[in-house]
Amino acid sequence: MGGAASLSSVPLLSRTAEAEPDKKAPKVPENDPAHYKPTFFSQEEYLFLCHACERIFPQDENGPGAQALGAPRFIDRQMSTPYGFGDLWYMKAPFHEGPPELGYQLPYNPRDLYRGTITPINTHCLMTYNALFAALPPDRQDEVLHDMENNRLRFNDIPGAAFFEQLRTNTLEGAFADPAYGGNHDMGGWKMMGFPGARADFMDWINQEGAPYPFGPVGMPARPDPYSSAFQTDEEG
Amino acid sequence: MPDETSTPTRPDVLIIGGGWAGSIMAKELTEAGLNVTMLERGHDHSTAVEGTYPGSIDELRGAIRKRLFQKLARTSLTIRNRPDQTALPYRQLTAFLPGEGVGGAGLHWSGCHFRATEDDLRLRSATIERYGENFIPKDMHLQDYGVTYGELEPFFDKAEKVFGTSGEASSVRGQKTGRGNIFAPDRSDHFPLPPMADTFSASVFRAAATDMGYHPFSIPAANASQPYTNPYGCQMGPCNFCGYCSGYACYLYSKASPNVNILPALRQDRRFTLITQAQVLEIMLDDTHKKATGVRYVDLSSRTEKTLEADLVILSAFQLHNVHLMLVSGIGQPYDPVTQTGTIGRNFTYQTITSSRVWLPEDRFTSQFVGAGGAGVAIDDFNHPGFDRGRLGFIGGSPIWVNQAGLKPIAAAQGSGGKGAPRWGSAYKSAMIDQYRHSLGIDAHGSNMAYRDVYLDLDPTWTNAYGQPLLRMTFTWKDNDIRMNQHVVSHIGDIAHAMGATRTSLNSLQPGQPFDSRVYQTTHLNGGVIMGENPKTSALNRYLQSWDVPNLFVIGSSAFPQGMGYNPTGLVAALAYWSAHHIRRTYLRNPGPMVSA
Ligand SMILES: Cc1cc2nc3c(=O)[nH]c(=O)nc-3n(C[C@H](O)[C@H](O)[C@H](O)COP(=O)(O)OP(=O)(O)OC[C@H]3O[C@@H](n4cnc5c(N)ncnc54)[C@H](O)[C@@H]3O)c2cc1C
Ligand code: SF4
Repeated sequence: MGGAASLSSVPLLSRTAEAEPDKKAPKVPENDPAHYKPTFFSQEEYLFLCHACERIFPQDENGPGAQALGAPRFIDRQMSTPYGFGDLWYMKAPFHEGPPELGYQLPYNPRDLYRGTITPINTHCLMTYNALFAALPPDRQDEVLHDMENNRLRFNDIPGAAFFEQLRTNTLEGAFADPAYGGNHDMGGWKMMGFPGARADFMDWINQEGAPYPFGPVGMPARPDPYSSAFQTDEEG
Repeated sequence: MPDETSTPTRPDVLIIGGGWAGSIMAKELTEAGLNVTMLERGHDHSTAVEGTYPGSIDELRGAIRKRLFQKLARTSLTIRNRPDQTALPYRQLTAFLPGEGVGGAGLHWSGCHFRATEDDLRLRSATIERYGENFIPKDMHLQDYGVTYGELEPFFDKAEKVFGTSGEASSVRGQKTGRGNIFAPDRSDHFPLPPMADTFSASVFRAAATDMGYHPFSIPAANASQPYTNPYGCQMGPCNFCGYCSGYACYLYSKASPNVNILPALRQDRRFTLITQAQVLEIMLDDTHKKATGVRYVDLSSRTEKTLEADLVILSAFQLHNVHLMLVSGIGQPYDPVTQTGTIGRNFTYQTITSSRVWLPEDRFTSQFVGAGGAGVAIDDFNHPGFDRGRLGFIGGSPIWVNQAGLKPIAAAQGSGGKGAPRWGSAYKSAMIDQYRHSLGIDAHGSNMAYRDVYLDLDPTWTNAYGQPLLRMTFTWKDNDIRMNQHVVSHIGDIAHAMGATRTSLNSLQPGQPFDSRVYQTTHLNGGVIMGENPKTSALNRYLQSWDVPNLFVIGSSAFPQGMGYNPTGLVAALAYWSAHHIRRTYLRNPGPMVSA
């Protein structure tokens, strides 16, 4: 990596990258989140997920939203990891509700939370607005999400807020985790934020008096991994 | 390789837990010529495996899915705010993140490496001297450690040299340097390495604090500012501010850890045996209940239960687990908050921390991904012993600091919004990006006092994977500490203004606000097996020796009578060296109580 003197002449990658997406990397069709076939979620559940994630993290003037970043794909893949099965949590009975400060107390792992909630949400939308969540106008979708966030909705014994927090957490993970996990497509989340990815060497950037960091992100170099086709191996910038 | 069901040979010393405390004790006691066996419930960890780039800096795997932390599925604890509540399990790792595996939390800590102040160690006496006994709230269990700064100084010094700590001394053998923390007590030597460089954020804070007449100093950091070889011959390379200390293994051998700074030397010693995947269930006692005979543990690789005997047992399994093992082993008397008798579980404390946020103008980029766990600039003006609390009416204090340790995108995204600002949608997205690029955090990282009804005991309902009751935590914030935090935070706004802030979001504890286990604070948990001068109010004597079972020493922040403003590990390490020194000098020659009860 170059010394401090050479840095200032390098253009801001995030700007050029936003203007010319995918210029360097040829489009790998199976890597495009739009072509992803979910393995955990049903088609109907996945359609909900795509729309709900997009409302949480929408495409706008800042850059890509959750769908283009592959956050729903990320979430689908997470469902088959130990995390999805709740193996990272203490899940021993009995389960009691308590004050919010005492934390998550439901007997459900992430798989259960999604499975147990998406269909009831769609049913709620059908009964209230005559359409599935995915078919509602964005304002309506936001209303439903707000109702969940503020616990005005409850799906059987799952409080809306519990599901909403799970969804928000996983959506943001999907927008910003290494592309190896299926989200943050083309490192779009990192470019938007100005995070340089796996560079992890800032010896010459400890204090540049508040100047913007000049390099765009790098992903984790390819390693043996089922999702390695999603890697961006070239250093850019 | 011993076969899976065999029992290892009998050592002289058994050490429970392979973190900083256990590794220091193992090194000291093998140096004394003893055969030492260290039992660690987790896997072995090394820089060459857990620390390899780029896998080591994968945020999802690291700080988010928490691969290096305690496996909660096997064991956790329950939490409640008040004794009249039902405690509920801590089901997800959130407020605090205990370690697991060789190195313990010392593998994934940040590296802020402080000594204690003189007053921290004798806070009851110092408070009475300064403000009178009536100044101490009725339900506060304010106590002295029973050891003074002067006695511990050589051991603070030793720990800094082992950790390769970067910092700037203010007073060395009475000579003022004109730099460093002018409130820090005198030292026998300089830090082994010069201080870490200031990030841009820290430099802005330093300039503003100086202008305002405060006394900024570089946080002592167990991150190497230069190449270093410690007294054990272990080597460190210079830190490049990669930003992956907290929650990660350092890939550059730059952050001090037991794995980098002690174990390479220990592993070469024939007298040292490390058994991993050994979950200790109990410290065994003889019929008199005054002598530990060894431990009972589950060998997780073969799923068999084993026992191992030794003459001396060191319990160094981290604060929470030290208390738990004392309780399930029936050592000492459990604390009862009603009668205020018993010592095990008494004086449980934490750290008051609130983070405020400061936005700089749009043309200033704070590059929050740049940082090192221990690097930063602090002021001790509201923490040092001479800071006048008399008119303010509280005990304790907080350093204020900008400790930019490297903010990663998932954490930044999840932490943005809230306090009335949107947490999702387009407005959130714009604000989050702006916050990432142009803001910085300022923390009030303060003390926490001990109270009658804040304690640890065993839960009546929930159990761990081995059928043992979980530890139960009864904890909330109390008036003294809330007022202390509010006072300190009230000064941050002016500092932010002097930094050229365009906007600030100041955060302090609020009256009546219960402890919220859903939000990460720190893993600086203290007390429960505290040291002191009186067996009625402490579990250990001043050498960290159990009053009840003299061949048992309990090492860790569990020994702190109350939580200090600084991070704990510098004191944990110094107390370990102090205890080991007296075991070597006195106890081994004449095993028995080193202080008569
Ligand atoms: C993210 C993070 C950042 C931190 N940053 C700082 C900082 O900047 N400055 C600072 O001073 N402190 C910091 N700390 C705290 C610091 O890590 C601890 O104070 C320190 O590691 C404690 O050392 P220890 O040896 O007492 O316990 P640990 O390091 O936790 O080691 C205890 C070991 O015992 C093992 N164990 C537990 N129970 C059993 C059992 N029953 N049988 C066998 N083995 C067992 C555990 O698996 C663990 O490996 C941080 C902590 C975290 C999590
Ligand atoms: S910031 Fe420095 S000490 Fe911390 S992990 Fe990176 S290189 Fe290691």
